[in-house]
Amino acid sequence: MSLDAMLGDRQKLAYIASQAADARLNVELETEGMTLNIGPQHPATHGTLRIICRLDGEQVIWAEPSAGYMHRGYEKLTEVRTFPQVTSLVNRIDWLGSFANEVPFILASEKLMQIEAQPRAQHIRTILFELSRIANVGLFLGDLGVQMGAVTPVFMAFRDREYVLNLIESATGGRFHPNFDRIGGLKDDLPKGWIEETRGVMRKLRNFCTEMEDLLFGNEIFQSRTRGVGVIPKEIALSYGMSGANLRASGVDYDLRRDQVLPMAWDKTKFTVWTHPDGDSFARCWVRLMETRESTLIVDQLLDTMPAGPVMAKVPRIIKVPEGEAWVSTENPLGEMGYYVVSKGDLGPFRVKIRSASFNNISIVPWVLRGVYVPDIITILASLYFILGDIDR
Amino acid sequence: MARPEPKRVSPLSSDTASDSPIAELPGDALRERAVDELRRALGDSLIDSLIKPGDDVWVRVALTSWREAGAILRDTLQMDYFCFLSAIDWMPSPYGRGEDEPGAEIERPTEIKQGYTGGETRFQVFARVASTDLHYGITIKADVPEDDLVVPSWISNYAGANWHERECHEMFGIGFGGHPNLINMYLPTGFEGHPLRKDFPLLARMVKPWPGIVDVEPLPGEDGPSTENLEANNPDGAAS
Repeated sequence: MSLDAMLGDRQKLAYIASQAADARLNVELETEGMTLNIGPQHPATHGTLRIICRLDGEQVIWAEPSAGYMHRGYEKLTEVRTFPQVTSLVNRIDWLGSFANEVPFILASEKLMQIEAQPRAQHIRTILFELSRIANVGLFLGDLGVQMGAVTPVFMAFRDREYVLNLIESATGGRFHPNFDRIGGLKDDLPKGWIEETRGVMRKLRNFCTEMEDLLFGNEIFQSRTRGVGVIPKEIALSYGMSGANLRASGVDYDLRRDQVLPMAWDKTKFTVWTHPDGDSFARCWVRLMETRESTLIVDQLLDTMPAGPVMAKVPRIIKVPEGEAWVSTENPLGEMGYYVVSKGDLGPFRVKIRSASFNNISIVPWVLRGVYVPDIITILASLYFILGDIDR
Repeated sequence: MARPEPKRVSPLSSDTASDSPIAELPGDALRERAVDELRRALGDSLIDSLIKPGDDVWVRVALTSWREAGAILRDTLQMDYFCFLSAIDWMPSPYGRGEDEPGAEIERPTEIKQGYTGGETRFQVFARVASTDLHYGITIKADVPEDDLVVPSWISNYAGANWHERECHEMFGIGFGGHPNLINMYLPTGFEGHPLRKDFPLLARMVKPWPGIVDVEPLPGEDGPSTENLEANNPDGAAS
């Protein structure tokens, strides 16, 4: 055997040996499907949501959220309450923007009773509604940074949210659960000096939005972790019933403040409905940022045009709602929130179906998490922005 | 030294924001068209309909065409947005509002009376879908016979129906034919009973009487205990 041939064989053998070693290594490193539990006590879940993921290496092949750790049975509880008592329950659905939860229920009851709040009450309702949106989404903007490892934004968000909560507290008496809305109007008028104070706070909040835009949205790390991640096309978003900023970030121009007739003051203002064509995590965050800024502008316009007059219509002391069915939904901070109220002419509702935004927004998780990498799970969940009370009710 | 202006990226791929108001708000003509379209496609399966002018529209279909009706709403009537799906138990609650004295015998109405668009059965499923282009929605109902509580699933029409049907299943005990994963969403596995049925008692009210009922005080001028002291303390004559 010649040297060349022997060398050739040796090279061949070496090649085969290296291949075998590689194969051995692959067999050793081969991962079987692994199940990863995220939550129930994970900071990204805003409460106690558990997400069960089956992984192949770093990739999610199957994911399923498991809700129900905070189910409080509000639909059943409303059936043993009177109409005015229900607002204190539904306050606790989306606890970051509580006032906004009361409004659609009160509007549905008023629709059944065929009464409407006074213009001043409608104005104040709308202002408080937008303040809850700022308090809610402002916290989202700060929280977003924390999910990606930037701690500073959350301190800024809590600092500036405090101004809004102080405003809500001085008008309603409650920071978290105002319970201020009544059938026929509001519990009280605004305190003295509130309007001037609100103007100042709105300026601060606009600065906060600009700060967030510079600090977070212009950040290269933030962009590379959110752009093109968790893309939800328009048709899928609609079919799952996603609403609010999540839907508008998929390019659907749909905002219930503008697209329906409600006895609220939004039609007296001029505002922009922001949409984004991309449908990725970045788009969802960006639409929320723009909406927060737009909300401060809406509040400013409403403060300028505040009508005078009483804040409470004449309603009987014992409220009986006539027989009928009514559906009212509003554009809440998290998306479309609505109440289907069935009354039998009694003191309390016969059945209330609560349609909360996060329930639908989060039902897309099994679809959107399929195929993403583990670090992206957190950013996608953060950008979908849900609140546990709003899923479980 | 002045702080340098931070570099700002333009986050928009294209300018898609729109100013309010652009929308042609929904008229009753749209709602009438929707009912006509459903009647044309479903024939006798569309049992009843109700249009409240300037407000809303309700339709009731036969259970056998529940899924077909969903497909027509989505494809023909451009109802692309799925809002919710749930059920109603029309039986009056045998427990009232749980405000009775323990042990009291109270006669309650037992007649089952359905709401808008009528009905024949104790249970009804109802769903709401809306059109994001035309800005109006529709509420659709169907009777579910009590001896066979199974409804065709809507998942093939709207993916979002998946979770709503799971919730409806555990809360009312209504089955959904064709649902891939009808497991409990909120309740523990093996929970007995269906909490949103009217004959499921609210145990919190059963073990302890509701305190709210005792402190109802009458207004000045109403029948009840004397209100002179109240008025003497309150020169404005206000009630509270």
